[in-house]
Amino acid sequence: MTLLSRLRAELAPEQLITDRQRLRTYECDGLAHYKVVPAVVVLPRSAAQVAAVVRACAEERVPFVARGSGTGLSGGALPHADGVLIVTSQLRDILAVRPEDERAVVQPGVINLQVTQAATPHGYYYAPDPSSQQICSIGGNVAENSGGAHCLKYGFTTNHVTGLQVVTPDGDLVRLGGAAPDTPGYDLLGAFVGSEGTLGVATEVTVRLTRLPETVRTLLAAFPSTDQAGAATSAIIAAGVVPAAIEMMDALSIEAAEAAVHCGYPAGAGAVLIVELDGPAAEVDAQFDEVSRLCTDNGAFETRVAADDTERQLIWRGRKSAFAAVGRISPDYIVQDGVIPRTALPTVLRRINEVAADHGVRVANVFHAGDGNLHPLVLFDDDVPGEAGRAETVSGAILDLCIEHGGSITGEHGVGVDKARYMPRMFTDDDLDTMQLVRCAFDPDGIANPGKVFPTPRLCGERPGRHRGAPPLQEAGVAEVF
Amino acid sequence: MSVLDDLAVEAGDGDVIAGVPARLVAAPATTEEAAALIAASRDLTVVVRGGGTKVQQGPPPRRLDLIIDTRRLAGVVEHAAGDLITVVKAGTPMAELHDLPGQQLALDAPPAATAGGTVAANASGPRRLRYGTARDLLIGITVVRPDGRITKSGGKVVKNVAGYDLGKLYTGSQGTLGLITECVFRLHPVPLFAAFVRSNAPPTHAANILAGQFAASALEVSAAPGAAPELAVLLEGTEAGVRARAATVARLLDGEVTGAPPPWWDTPPWPADSPSLALKLTCTLAAVPALVRAAVEAGLTIRGSAGTGVLYAGVPSPAATPGQPGQVADVVNLLRAAATAAGGHAVVLIAPPAARDGIDMWGPVPGLDLMRRVKDRFDPDHRFAPGRFVGGI
Repeated sequence: MTLLSRLRAELAPEQLITDRQRLRTYECDGLAHYKVVPAVVVLPRSAAQVAAVVRACAEERVPFVARGSGTGLSGGALPHADGVLIVTSQLRDILAVRPEDERAVVQPGVINLQVTQAATPHGYYYAPDPSSQQICSIGGNVAENSGGAHCLKYGFTTNHVTGLQVVTPDGDLVRLGGAAPDTPGYDLLGAFVGSEGTLGVATEVTVRLTRLPETVRTLLAAFPSTDQAGAATSAIIAAGVVPAAIEMMDALSIEAAEAAVHCGYPAGAGAVLIVELDGPAAEVDAQFDEVSRLCTDNGAFETRVAADDTERQLIWRGRKSAFAAVGRISPDYIVQDGVIPRTALPTVLRRINEVAADHGVRVANVFHAGDGNLHPLVLFDDDVPGEAGRAETVSGAILDLCIEHGGSITGEHGVGVDKARYMPRMFTDDDLDTMQLVRCAFDPDGIANPGKVFPTPRLCGERPGRHRGAPPLQEAGVAEVF
Repeated sequence: MSVLDDLAVEAGDGDVIAGVPARLVAAPATTEEAAALIAASRDLTVVVRGGGTKVQQGPPPRRLDLIIDTRRLAGVVEHAAGDLITVVKAGTPMAELHDLPGQQLALDAPPAATAGGTVAANASGPRRLRYGTARDLLIGITVVRPDGRITKSGGKVVKNVAGYDLGKLYTGSQGTLGLITECVFRLHPVPLFAAFVRSNAPPTHAANILAGQFAASALEVSAAPGAAPELAVLLEGTEAGVRARAATVARLLDGEVTGAPPPWWDTPPWPADSPSLALKLTCTLAAVPALVRAAVEAGLTIRGSAGTGVLYAGVPSPAATPGQPGQVADVVNLLRAAATAAGGHAVVLIAPPAARDGIDMWGPVPGLDLMRRVKDRFDPDHRFAPGRFVGGI
């Protein structure tokens, strides 16, 4: 029986897409310049169906790729031309909200913001808040270990997922972790979160709910330069304050945001900082005064305090629109994602500007200043010969700067297909080999999202204690099994 | 002369792991030396030992040739205060990291415990409610694999999703995947002010503190047969803020505000020098009161984090330990059933040697087949701490 006939036996006709035109809908994720049309798309409605699909793939040695909402920015959900794309959009039930246990249990296709909306009436919320939280899925967040503006204080997806049900690349349904902490045994949950779909597919997610803070206060401070805004950031951290968020935008990104959403940031600013504090009222009030003073001491020429939720939303609107807004001032742009130690911020920003100037390319800087996570937007016009190449060079040079300063090639967007080639700049062969030991334990045939994360696949060798007769994937003529 | 001959000495009387004597002990001083040692001891079974504060816990090794002692691998390599991180060698005592200038590694551990040991044992204490555990605070790690290769994962920045997060895999792996030689931790500022609230409110009142706006750093319970249960809360922040919150918490719990914690704070409910029965119990938050009751009814003292659902139970003296191995097994089975019903697990840390064979110390765990496969890939000859981990890994 071919894979396709097996899938037909497991799924209703409307859950299976083989029509070339309809398959094109899924040819890319949020990183649209990588495009691959998958061989087949499936839309499972239960964990058992996901398991059946993956089991069929495993037995036929066909690659599979899981996809949530398709908002990823590293091509992590880029389909495989000869493989099955498993779309989780039909798995969107919130199975339980248990404020008394500070937990919710959701299916992977549930949208990030929906978890918070379900928990808010109980006085709780789901802390990780990627900018795409209105559309991105929890399953995708698990795969990418998504962050967000508030992870400076609250951490990332990995700190807020306590249990998973996953389908392993064998097609087995397995539970990792649980509702209680410290599950005995290896922390496979910790390895799975952020593994970008290379260890299996999450089919149920138990998340930690966080108590809504008593008070939230938001401040916008305008500085003449990014150096001064960076110095203010360091001063805030040095004072022992851990804000919920510290975000920075430079002049070019402010210009873009103004053009797009008219956020009304102070005119003439070389940089703005958005600082948000939350927690018990007395603590927040005391820290807020200190943060305001530190901004002024470090050269802020104007500070604004959000008087209410509407003003708070207005301050955030400029920041949250920044990526899309850059489209107003440049026909094309690359969103980069790198991390540096916070203290290296002024040096690295200067170097980015030098590299950009050397190549005649403009770079708008938007970033999570509190944790040193840069999102430089490299602007170019694809219609001008050579510009795309120069932008690509600058974008790559920024990653080299991050590594040079002891940082990382990605803080939250993931490695995916886009940055696999940069992994050897950050890790040795032995480091990558060790990661692939885990890959081999889960997926010795390399069928779960192949071609992502690792620049070269590791040959896993024989699986200890288990043997199969079928030939390896590359000899099987994968396309023929359809 | 091989590195093994250079570094290893005959084991002494104290070089015993859970009742099994070692033949040799070696204490490498650098990661490179450790890698050479491990590469040179391919025929030997190995147990890694740090400060030794938890190394007697868990099942005994099936075989033991060599103890690798990490205490010469000590020292803070870097403390980047502006970046709130520190790079330390694995044998560094936790006492040093609790007291860095103006900052702290907010991970409770006995002063003599080492950084590497604390990670390998996934040890934690009261403040895990606010700061999390080793899995949350470890941002980078260097490990010598059982084949002698030096490997790193993570890095020196808190926000980092490049590659698999192997730090989490090593956390709590009990030395079964290799030798941890260096750790990078996220630090926190030392709070300006702290206060405790102590009370005799029943464990059910813990929920009121979690549901309130107190942002408690720790919420601990202690209960024993024949004594009134206690709750204690740690609040941290500005002086005015802490005083106000502490006063409200004290009113809610009918307790008192104190500058010092209760004497039982962050101490296990068994004697440090002669433990006879010790368990780690986990559960969902709402089930904490039921699990506390079950342990007390079984004759055990229980204490731990009511704010996170991680509790420790034991007998206060060897004399109070059930006399027959079968009775020990009964207590373990009872508590395991209670923990399972509470959504968690019961792990036996220490049991009388006579009773140990009749007990599954780790208990059933989900995903064991995958765990075995991970072990097989990292340590195909099962040389590192064989038999010490879940499912006989």
